[in-house]
Amino acid sequence: MKKKRTIDKRVWSLISLVMCLIIWQLISISSAGAVFASPERTLMAFISMAQDGTIWVHIGYSLFRVLAGFALGLIAAIPVAFLMGWYKIAQYLLEPVVQFVRTIPPIAYIPLVIVALGVDESSKVMVIFIATFLVMVITIYQGVKSVDSTLVKAAKVLGAGDKDIFFHVVVPASFPFVLTAIRLGLSAGLTTLIASELTGASKGLGTMIQEASMYFRMDVVIMGIVVIGIIGLLLNKIVHLLERWLTGWQETHQAT
Amino acid sequence: MAGNASGNVIVKIDHVEKIYQGRAGNVTALNGVDLEIKENEFVSVVGPSGCGKSTLLNIIAGLEEPTGGKVYVKGKEVVGTGKERGVIFQQYALFPWLTVKKNVKFGLKLQGIQEPKLSEIAEKYIHLVGLEEFSESYPKELSGGMKQRVAIARAYAVNPQILLMDEPFGALDAQTRTQLQTELLNTWEQERKTCFFITHDVEEAIILAQKVVIMSARPGRVKEIIPVNIPYPRTQETKMTKEFLDLKVKIWGLVYREFLEVRK
Ligand SMILES: Nc1ncnc2c1ncn2[C@@H]1O[C@H](COP(=O)(O)OP(=O)(O)OP(=O)(O)O)[C@@H](O)[C@H]1O
Ligand SMILES: [Mg+2]
Repeated sequence: MKKKRTIDKRVWSLISLVMCLIIWQLISISSAGAVFASPERTLMAFISMAQDGTIWVHIGYSLFRVLAGFALGLIAAIPVAFLMGWYKIAQYLLEPVVQFVRTIPPIAYIPLVIVALGVDESSKVMVIFIATFLVMVITIYQGVKSVDSTLVKAAKVLGAGDKDIFFHVVVPASFPFVLTAIRLGLSAGLTTLIASELTGASKGLGTMIQEASMYFRMDVVIMGIVVIGIIGLLLNKIVHLLERWLTGWQETHQAT
Repeated sequence: MAGNASGNVIVKIDHVEKIYQGRAGNVTALNGVDLEIKENEFVSVVGPSGCGKSTLLNIIAGLEEPTGGKVYVKGKEVVGTGKERGVIFQQYALFPWLTVKKNVKFGLKLQGIQEPKLSEIAEKYIHLVGLEEFSESYPKELSGGMKQRVAIARAYAVNPQILLMDEPFGALDAQTRTQLQTELLNTWEQERKTCFFITHDVEEAIILAQKVVIMSARPGRVKEIIPVNIPYPRTQETKMTKEFLDLKVKIWGLVYREFLEVRK
């Protein structure tokens, strides 16, 4: 019997990347090429915008908005979710509201927020805050609710009071859900970002794509899309590393 | 040492009744349970599934309240949990985010015990269950038997006078099970803590206990109490003696009759 050769996962990723590039290249030389700029032209667009610095400004604005909105969302979601999970009254009062607003796509309330706050940074951060907050509050709340009741009992018989149970059982047990919430929040933030930038801004990746499409600079459009994808991938990777580092004690590892 | 030691009553269960209100009507889980447990006594409880064994244990532990009757521990009515009562659960219930050592320290910390005493006590009980090598491991790295040993060490560490155990070995394979039985017997002979031990396994009930309580099918009550007058130390060989086998046949018969009640 021949020894089976195992190929490193990274090699597979590389093969997959090359495959995508080839398909992209093929599309760009077909009749769709008028819209689909080739990988080479896309790269050139990136290099030229990187040299004159404009792309970094766009990335900077977009990242700032996502991270600011997300950070505020997380800071608000954690206490609200724990309140909802711990106090029945908070659950009854807040859950219907959260569930209702959550079903509304952010695009629907973007105009409202812009009218209320203007077209400057605060309106974008606000929209991202709302969207990320809702996703994260629901996820963390579900984590708090699903804490194993046997663990609570075990803590009680070892002498834990309500406060001890909250800080030494409920909080650590929900921690994996906080990390899942962070992951979902970041991806919701990125989606909402582009939507909010499309409705008026002078800088940012969404705006850059919007403007480029008006001048039919498809190389810039595609470059913008790829950059957003890469940012999403990097953020996800960071969360994944955090998960590995902070919740290594978990029985099963969620695949990413 | 014989079974019917005439010690002080440490747990008195007085007409305990528990009715659960469910969507499909009320379920009477316990219907007037009376039982006395003496200091240092080892009591096993057997009975058909659903007869209220866990309910009774939770009431003694203070995790649930009876809808009627009372439980007294050392003459005082039980209200909530108390550090003189330790519990070992079938599902181990270890905190997965804490290492073995930190799990064992959990209850000690709540009592305000500080380092270095904290580590000293934890290490003593980890040693007792033979898991020194695994002090820094997380529960996910342990086998079922090892997890239950940690749970036992954690319960012992806070030094309760009464240990309440709800099918602690129920999820383990036969071999690990007999091994843990032997360990529990040895520990009990050394420390003589009062034990209330629920099991489905008649052999296990007899080999450990000074008396076996048989509960009737739902609604649960105490049907019969059979003393086990086999002297300690007992070993796995004890299971081969005539005395043991006679008891086994007798108790098994009683439990089986209740089991048939449930099927009716
Ligand atoms: N929280 C609850 N709400 C409603 N009914 C319950 C609840 N807990 C237990 N019961 C009911 O009370 C009865 C006794 O349950 P209990 O868990 O005490 O039985 P048990 O003797 O421990 O059974 P087993 O041997 O299967 O563990 C069962 O009929 C069960 O359905
Ligand atoms: Mg049970």
